[in-house]
Amino acid sequence: MTQNPAAQPGNGEPELTDEPQFSIDTVDDAAATPQTELPWAELGLKENEYTSIGEILGRRPTAAELAMYSVMWAEHCSYKSSKVHLRQFGDKVTDRMKQDLMVGIGENAGVTDLGDGWAVTFKIESHNSPSFVEPYQGAATGIGGIVRDIISMGARPVAVMDPLRFGDIDHADTHRVLPGVVSGIGGYGNSLGLPNIGGEVVFDSAYQGNPLVNALAVGVMRHEDLRLANASGVGNRVVLFGARTGGDGIGGASILSSESFDESKPSKRPAVQVGDPFAEKVLIESCLELFHNELVEGIQDLGAAGISCATSELASNGEGGMHVELTNVLLRDPTLTPGEILMSESQERMMAVVTPENAAAFEAVMSRWNVEYSWLGEVTDTERLVIDWDGETIVDVDPRTVAHDGPVYERPYQRPSAQDALQADSFRASAGGENLPATAEDLGAAVVELMSSPNMADKSWITNQFDRFVGGNTALSQPDDAGVIRVDEESGLGVGLSTDGNSRYTYLDPYAGAQLALAESYRNVATSGAVPMAVSDCLNFGSPEDPDVMWQFSEAVRGLSDACQQLEVPVTGGNVSLYNQTAGQPIPPTPIVAVMGRFDDVSRRTPSGFQRWADGQAIYLLGTTADELDGSEYARLRHHLGGTPPQVDLAAEKTLGEILINASRDGMIDSAHDLSQGGLAAALAEMSLRFGVGSRTSIDQVCERDGVDPFTALFSESQTRAVVALPRSEELRFTDMTTARGFPALRLGVVDAESGGIEVSGPFEGSSFGIGIDELKESWSSVIPSRFGAPQDPA
Amino acid sequence: MSTESPLIGSFSASPAQQLDGARIGVVTFPGTLDDRDAARAVTLGGGTAVSLWHGDESLHGVDAVILPGGFSYGDYLRAGALARFAPVMNTLIKEAGAQQTSSSPLPVLGICNGFQMLTEAHLLPGSMINNDHLKFICKDQVLRVENTSTAWTAQFTADELIAVPMKNQEGQYVTSAQELEQIETEGRVVFRYVGDDPNGSRNRIAGVTNERGNVVGLMPHPEHAVEAGYGPDDATGMRNGTDGLTVFTSVVSSLAGGQQ
Repeated sequence: MTQNPAAQPGNGEPELTDEPQFSIDTVDDAAATPQTELPWAELGLKENEYTSIGEILGRRPTAAELAMYSVMWAEHCSYKSSKVHLRQFGDKVTDRMKQDLMVGIGENAGVTDLGDGWAVTFKIESHNSPSFVEPYQGAATGIGGIVRDIISMGARPVAVMDPLRFGDIDHADTHRVLPGVVSGIGGYGNSLGLPNIGGEVVFDSAYQGNPLVNALAVGVMRHEDLRLANASGVGNRVVLFGARTGGDGIGGASILSSESFDESKPSKRPAVQVGDPFAEKVLIESCLELFHNELVEGIQDLGAAGISCATSELASNGEGGMHVELTNVLLRDPTLTPGEILMSESQERMMAVVTPENAAAFEAVMSRWNVEYSWLGEVTDTERLVIDWDGETIVDVDPRTVAHDGPVYERPYQRPSAQDALQADSFRASAGGENLPATAEDLGAAVVELMSSPNMADKSWITNQFDRFVGGNTALSQPDDAGVIRVDEESGLGVGLSTDGNSRYTYLDPYAGAQLALAESYRNVATSGAVPMAVSDCLNFGSPEDPDVMWQFSEAVRGLSDACQQLEVPVTGGNVSLYNQTAGQPIPPTPIVAVMGRFDDVSRRTPSGFQRWADGQAIYLLGTTADELDGSEYARLRHHLGGTPPQVDLAAEKTLGEILINASRDGMIDSAHDLSQGGLAAALAEMSLRFGVGSRTSIDQVCERDGVDPFTALFSESQTRAVVALPRSEELRFTDMTTARGFPALRLGVVDAESGGIEVSGPFEGSSFGIGIDELKESWSSVIPSRFGAPQDPA
Repeated sequence: MSTESPLIGSFSASPAQQLDGARIGVVTFPGTLDDRDAARAVTLGGGTAVSLWHGDESLHGVDAVILPGGFSYGDYLRAGALARFAPVMNTLIKEAGAQQTSSSPLPVLGICNGFQMLTEAHLLPGSMINNDHLKFICKDQVLRVENTSTAWTAQFTADELIAVPMKNQEGQYVTSAQELEQIETEGRVVFRYVGDDPNGSRNRIAGVTNERGNVVGLMPHPEHAVEAGYGPDDATGMRNGTDGLTVFTSVVSSLAGGQQ
């Protein structure tokens, strides 16, 4: 085997001491042996897809080409089942929504103009299956992957968030999955110096066989640092840098090793990639130095489908073609076949296009950070992606056919036959809806029961394993409504982010459920005081080959895209995760929606908890309450799921957002919390639990004005509501604002910093109940540690 | 060579050369995370932050050095074990260690991973093992400042209680019984955990100093408690704690005093 002398590795010689023992299937071989059978089915391709590859190429594919097409045409790279629906996100974007959009859907991540020359990029992705198979590495590499998407836009990553869904909290497998996922997120994210500023944790037995591990990363850049993934400029050089390529994450590719003559190669390769956060950290720093010194023309991270994806996307997004010598790839395992090298999902790798003039400066940055690199080839004007193995051509394709022209399916979908019966099964009419709490004693007990349920319980056992301080710019983090990061230290310019999704609502009505996810995320961001600007979504669903699931998917996309249009926040990117089902049982439809908002000055952010110094401040409830208990957390306590989710009113959501943002900007309010799961009861409890500051409130007027009973006033999950606390000196100004906007506001009572209790009075037997914050905190905060071990106790 | 990596929010090359007075080096190793935070803290404390690079033996004439937190070299082998052999550390050991006989040996502060480097380099006694609960923990932590004679703690009052964030995985301070007794007898415990022991450290030790008092190691992070709005919670409000700033104003004023 000869080495290309122009392509020596950056540090040390390649360790290809063993000659690879496999036959090479060249393009010439493919033309000469049209009858040779390739294992297309084992690689996950359908017969029509294999036929179509042959038609594109005008011959049978080589083994390496088959490897590339199989991974790039797989669901998670090609979006073949979802594409026809996802188009709505682009089609429904108005000119007004585009005004701050610098890069929209299609690139590694969308980019939004933040003003003052700053831009922000953020994206949410799934890493569900790997995290179920190997929780630590699955979750860790989920962080790694999304962070590389952010770097490849030219941005410095500044924070991460993690929406998580686990099975039943007491199921044995949850005890295998959760601790691994949590330490994987911490182990990787903490080592990168990225504060973890929020996310969600939900327990539901519907996720028992398919936990969801989604990861969001956000990055910031100056406008001029924006980078796109394209290979332009004939003669420019293509370089692969970062970690070496190994056999991890190959999955189906090992099928191709059947071409091997030698049975002695490592056989059991993990399908889950293994992460090295240290390699990622130096990759981040070296990339930022490359951007700072303007040394790269185009850049692409290596994630799913590895080199297949990076070469075909860079080439097809550029103006010409690309020529690559694959033996120049630095390997961890010298026995890898060309197909395996093309498919490997080894982590912490990037590919860049560099002008010949900048090559030496590029190498200097690599050596400064001790990052290995190898020059693979160059940009050509052939409009072909040509990959050689030791001088012999093994891939010769139009890169567009690999990266963009994959199959597109219009999967059949239909409203499930059981949907009508499901929606007719309301909580009120169910067994759990009988004898609802109506006395002071029962209502108080219900609040404690609610707050001590796994989903409402304190999540700090989890979030305290994540660094929220690093960087010194975290202005809010879990458990506040949104995570808030300062971008510009001088002006205070910054961003607020929230992720939300309620699969119970979406299961009952996918169209409304997806809108409610957006509405809640939007409301959370506005509650913190940020102006919502952009959306990223992670659509977690079951198998697209199931018409019921496909109906859920199409309805959710339609609902979300309609709602984005009405709220005027564009989707800038995201991810679709299908086939989340085990033994024929799909997960409930789970669109997770992230909203990013802008702060002129993050020091204006509104925290969720009553402040210790806020004794006597007035507490107001914004919005109206209807009898909306279907799909609620209270219904979950009674093991009921049926009926229809709460009403969506996006126009009102916008008005509420404006009120909360103005109140924050003008310094009228000192705390604010949105109402969502658990309704008013949960909001009041959480606002007191945050800093141990009590309150005295009355729901008399809520019941009277809205015509609801006390139980409904406390536990209904009607949308478009928030609780705020403000100094009495601001009350008039605040109510003038809500009146002027025609938005309902009711004074509930006052913050009571001395009592140490949550006291609620209303039109019920006993007339008032009180809950001691210390006792509530005791049961609320012990739910998760009692199952998974307190961090303070030796394991 | 100084690092070109910009501060978040300030894409000027570094905050250096802005202020007169004490020049305080902040070393960046591969995997260092809190270097920008430490540089910011120095600046807010009235000093000039100078970026130092692990591979460069020169300390560039700085008046004091901070080894910031992070996961140098991925904490592979043992936290701080590889960083201890970086070229910059050779110089640091010469300038700050026991063989330095100058009347004013170089003040050095190791925070978290930096503390781990200082024990690995034997500039400080003891060593750090995994937390007793085996988990990474991030929380607001109350500390008692028990030694106010070091350059880094001179402006605290004796036994002052301060709140700063802590965040670590290998933060359990251990040492031999004999050495422990010696450290205690000589008053070399600089910071001690108050309240629940967060990680099983011997005698709740959070920070120690060497015999001459110029080298201080501290597991929690004073550089994350220097700016209202971004620090730990305190009585005046959420994230308003700035107790850590005194570490940086202390060294700046100690150095100014030393030069007069």
